[in-house]
Amino acid sequence: MAGSPLVHARGLVKEFGRLVAVDGIDFDVQRGEAFGFLGPNGAGKTSTMRIVGCISPPTAGTLRVLDLDPVADGARIRAKLGVVPQQDTLDSELTVRENILIYGRYFGLARADLREKAAQLLDFVQLSERADDPVEPLSGGMKRRLTIARSLVNDPQVLLLDEPTTGLDPQARHLVWDRLFRLKQQGASLILTTHYMDEAEQLCDRLVVMDNGKIVAEGSPLELIRRYSTREVVELRFADRPPEPAELRVDGLVDRIESLPDRILIYTEDGDHVATALHERGLETSSVLVRRSTLEDVFLHLTGRSLVD
Amino acid sequence: MSAIAAVTAGGARFLLERNLMVYRRIWLVIFSGFFEPLFYLFSMGFGLGHFVGHVNGISYASFIAPALLASSAMNGAIYDATNVFWKLRYAKVYDAILSTPVGPADVAVGESVWAVFRGLIYSFGFLIVIAALGLVHSWWALLALPAAALIGSAFAGLGVAAMTYFRSWQDFELLALVQLPMFLFSTTFYPITVYPHAIQWIVRVTPLYHAIQLLRTLILGSPGLPQLGDAAYLAVLAAVGIVIATRRIHRQLLS
Amino acid sequence: MELAARSYEFWLVRYRRVWRGSVATSVVNPVFYLAALGIGLGTLVNHSASRPGHVSYVDFVAPGLLAAAAMQTAAGEASFPILAAIKWTRQYQAMLATPLGIRDIFLGHQLFIVTRVLISSAIYLAVIAAFGTIHSPLGVLALPACVLLGAAFGTAIAAYTTGVAHEGNEFNALFRFGIVPMFLFSGTFFPVSRLPVPLDWIALATPLWHGVALCRDLTLGRGTLLADLGHAGYLTVWTLVGGALAYRFYRRRLVK
Repeated sequence: MAGSPLVHARGLVKEFGRLVAVDGIDFDVQRGEAFGFLGPNGAGKTSTMRIVGCISPPTAGTLRVLDLDPVADGARIRAKLGVVPQQDTLDSELTVRENILIYGRYFGLARADLREKAAQLLDFVQLSERADDPVEPLSGGMKRRLTIARSLVNDPQVLLLDEPTTGLDPQARHLVWDRLFRLKQQGASLILTTHYMDEAEQLCDRLVVMDNGKIVAEGSPLELIRRYSTREVVELRFADRPPEPAELRVDGLVDRIESLPDRILIYTEDGDHVATALHERGLETSSVLVRRSTLEDVFLHLTGRSLVD
Repeated sequence: MSAIAAVTAGGARFLLERNLMVYRRIWLVIFSGFFEPLFYLFSMGFGLGHFVGHVNGISYASFIAPALLASSAMNGAIYDATNVFWKLRYAKVYDAILSTPVGPADVAVGESVWAVFRGLIYSFGFLIVIAALGLVHSWWALLALPAAALIGSAFAGLGVAAMTYFRSWQDFELLALVQLPMFLFSTTFYPITVYPHAIQWIVRVTPLYHAIQLLRTLILGSPGLPQLGDAAYLAVLAAVGIVIATRRIHRQLLS
Repeated sequence: MELAARSYEFWLVRYRRVWRGSVATSVVNPVFYLAALGIGLGTLVNHSASRPGHVSYVDFVAPGLLAAAAMQTAAGEASFPILAAIKWTRQYQAMLATPLGIRDIFLGHQLFIVTRVLISSAIYLAVIAAFGTIHSPLGVLALPACVLLGAAFGTAIAAYTTGVAHEGNEFNALFRFGIVPMFLFSGTFFPVSRLPVPLDWIALATPLWHGVALCRDLTLGRGTLLADLGHAGYLTVWTLVGGALAYRFYRRRLVK
């Protein structure tokens, strides 16, 4: 068992009528790793997650999840998965605790065991004090945490998280990340989608970058940055019309220049040096920022577009 | 139909458990539903019954009581089905359920069985009341309870299936446009002989007519072979409803 | 008043999008009820020695159904839609962010409810006329009678909604133990004199009974001026008391 991947996909395709949501992707997720799908909205991440979650049959391709065939053994696979869908599907007619209890029953777990389990999980996501409250008045972050607690009720072998922190405020996001990080430390296997590069960098051991239903790159966050970007980036903003990119060349130092609607990015190994050189030339800017390359830059390089539009 | 979720239905009981969990808190809503057929019985059967006198040799209250039982089984089942619409379209209850080992057939069967179960509580109460009022004329009436369950499953199956086709709350006007005339015209309040022959045949097609025939003959003590036909008709509707509902839930949520 | 007209307009504009369905229902429902309970059931009642009201049953039941429908329309519009405007769709809050005040919001919505009753009652009246159940020119006055009945229920149920309802479950009790029993026992289908004491007294106190009696007098053309003024006065009192209560509860609910 140790050698076989948790998820093994080759040439996976999902079509909705004429629309090709997933266009022939290959990937393997190993036991114990946190694997991410990074890409903008509409890249095919959610479709891929639904296929892996065995609630959407693939149109073509090979897929094994936990060494089983999703089409034939969907229910058996789902019994071993934990799912956090993009939109919370909490049961608004039940209380916080009841949501976990009944969800556990859907997995056929014994009522007696579930009492204790629910208490543990609520404690883990810091919702014990709200256990007997209805779900509706909870904040977005609390609902998200409850959904995560719910997905853990069956001690899943792998946790599928579709955009776990989209729509949350920064504080709530950090709380969710903190809990997911603990799960990782406990050895859980995570598969997540995100269009936030910081989320991908924080949580993923390995990720694939998706665009238009295809995988355009694969590796650890650091590998991807090394392979597809420079060490540093100089971000220039201009009050008036920006200069032509050619005017910004600093010999020998600039690897690549990207013009965005609101700013120009200069990719370089030595940002400070480039910034000084440009300043000495008398270039008039409204702001200059030197920063490290991120997955956002990787995505920009690979697709020519930004992640968040 | 793809086999991504095995068509078993062993998980249907968890749907029942969920609904019990919800209704434990709002049991009053269930309890209050018991009164509606009673109010109709007192109003039409006793209030108006004074002016009607006897119908087919029995008191008017005796005549309409079994029909009110049948219609309340229908209305109750359809009422529960409308909850299914809300859970399907707005509350996304089934989206969560289907990501567990529970499958679409479990959902369709579970919700229908729940509707039947609720209907049975009402039927049982109503039967006891009409027995106490002397409106039950035969021991055959004992079979009225399983018959009411059958009626409930027919309308629950059809109702749940119909809900999968509904797009907005406006569609419920259409439902009312079917439900109300069925209630009014399927011999609930007067015998079928009131109608001209051509119309009698239209009435005979409606499921509620067969439901009423079944209960009326059982409670008044004169069931015959045609009642096997009534029961078979309702059983077919129940089966067709559940099959359609399963397929539609599968197609809509698992694509 | 001009501001109230704006909130009224808001509800009218919303209604324009869905009116087709509700008009279809307003036409078809009376036909169903009249045919089944007037004509069909009438065949059983008419051979009786003592007919209700000493007229053919369809003539007796038609004005009753007319008034009951006005009650149901008003009750439907003053229950869930008002709670939704407070709680779920929060249209009232949106209006309060404009120059509209609570009085304008309340009056505008009540005006809309009465308009809905006016439209559906006019259709209902046309249908019962087509069934030949209107025996006096005074029958035309049944329309304002229905509007008055609608106002009595619109304000009273608005008071219930704003004063009592929080989750929506409360409407279950209102309809099952208020509206449905009134529909069945307030003289719609048989004279309240058939009810045992003290139920007959309760029935006589319901606004629906006064609406039914008024409509019946007008369509049959046989009431006395004094009695009918009494019915109308009673419904006016309900409207004023219900309106005053509802307005108080609106303030309590919307001012925070």
